[in-house]
Amino acid sequence: MSYIKVNATNFGEVEKSEKVVLLDFYADWCGPCRMVGPVIEEIAKEHPEILVGKVNVDEEQALASAFSVMSIPTLVIMKNGKIVRQVAGARPKAQILALLENA
Amino acid sequence: MKKVYDTIIIGGGPGGYTTALYASRAGLSTLVVEKMTVGGQLALTDTVENYPGFDEGIDGFTLGMKMQASAERFGAETMYAEVLSMDLENTPRKLNTTEGELYAHTVVIATGAYPRLLGVGGEEKFLGRGVHICAHCDGRFYKDRTVLVVGGGNSALEDALYLARLCERVILVHRRDAFRAERVLVDALQRQENVEVRYDSVLEEILGDEKMEGVRLRNVRDGGTSVLAPDGVFISVGREPATAFLPQELARDAHGYIIADETTRTSVDGVYAVGDVRTKPLRQIVTAVADGAVAVEYMKEYLTKNIF
Repeated sequence: MSYIKVNATNFGEVEKSEKVVLLDFYADWCGPCRMVGPVIEEIAKEHPEILVGKVNVDEEQALASAFSVMSIPTLVIMKNGKIVRQVAGARPKAQILALLENA
Repeated sequence: MKKVYDTIIIGGGPGGYTTALYASRAGLSTLVVEKMTVGGQLALTDTVENYPGFDEGIDGFTLGMKMQASAERFGAETMYAEVLSMDLENTPRKLNTTEGELYAHTVVIATGAYPRLLGVGGEEKFLGRGVHICAHCDGRFYKDRTVLVVGGGNSALEDALYLARLCERVILVHRRDAFRAERVLVDALQRQENVEVRYDSVLEEILGDEKMEGVRLRNVRDGGTSVLAPDGVFISVGREPATAFLPQELARDAHGYIIADETTRTSVDGVYAVGDVRTKPLRQIVTAVADGAVAVEYMKEYLTKNIF
């Protein structure tokens, strides 16, 4: 499976998902976001049991501020509609997978 | 049977991929191990204007991808994994990575450097929410507000200038009484009316319970302290080498840089250090790529003498 582009309209479905959710808050002009972007897309392909969503902070400012995102990339892990982890900064794939495992 | 590469290069920035380009063109089996995505610090650079051949500049991410493609064209491979530890004493050299064990006759360390933090109270706590290390990434969250930049080198002044265009006010805190940055940047900074410079000052603590509320500065001349309440703090005080995972026998200087001269040879025969990670007077893309070419020259010599 690939990732979904999350926006104000489809966020409700993301919140209701029974899967573990991984959100990547990013912008096209942000270097570290472009570093972590392909990693997030790989995780989406390799882990169909995880719902992976990307949130463009320029287009979805309301969502960014709802999650108090002040630094990008920010990765958020949600379970049953609740935030279980929120971390700022790019990190290697193994570390992201570890965050998901411990979520 | 396990595959033994002629060379494994750790780090996929300009130094790493230039080594890979020269090694693969020389017919050596070459693997680049990158822990995140290619480009390294280059990928974080908005526009590169001091790498020749691009008369209108080029964005760092694209340049990084092009360097990777240049090397893969001649057969170099890329693996995404983090190197956890290495055995350099036995041959072939063994690398323990998050994707398993790898073997090579020679190893090139091209892991570069990452932004240094101040190590003051409150810094870790508010990192990413009030305290930032990437002005280009996070500056826009402080549009029309007041930010404080710590540092006095080229990157600090570039950050201050970038933020001055976005924010209402920028306070630049520098521990000396003059800048060591390039003249062109200092001049540009002095033309900015919304930038205020606090010379001879150090940031001592970042304040706040739940939220970043301010900073405490100390004047290093008279010892006086003051408290300021910017909306955001950007730390730009240089970089440190990514060498913590390296084995003891690879000699490093007091700052952690791998000791290697222009030959890129390290204290371990058959192990080379290229780019920002080695001791050198100027850390730039052009000097990193030069290291890559030189390293392969000595690598060929080593392989001919010891392996082939």
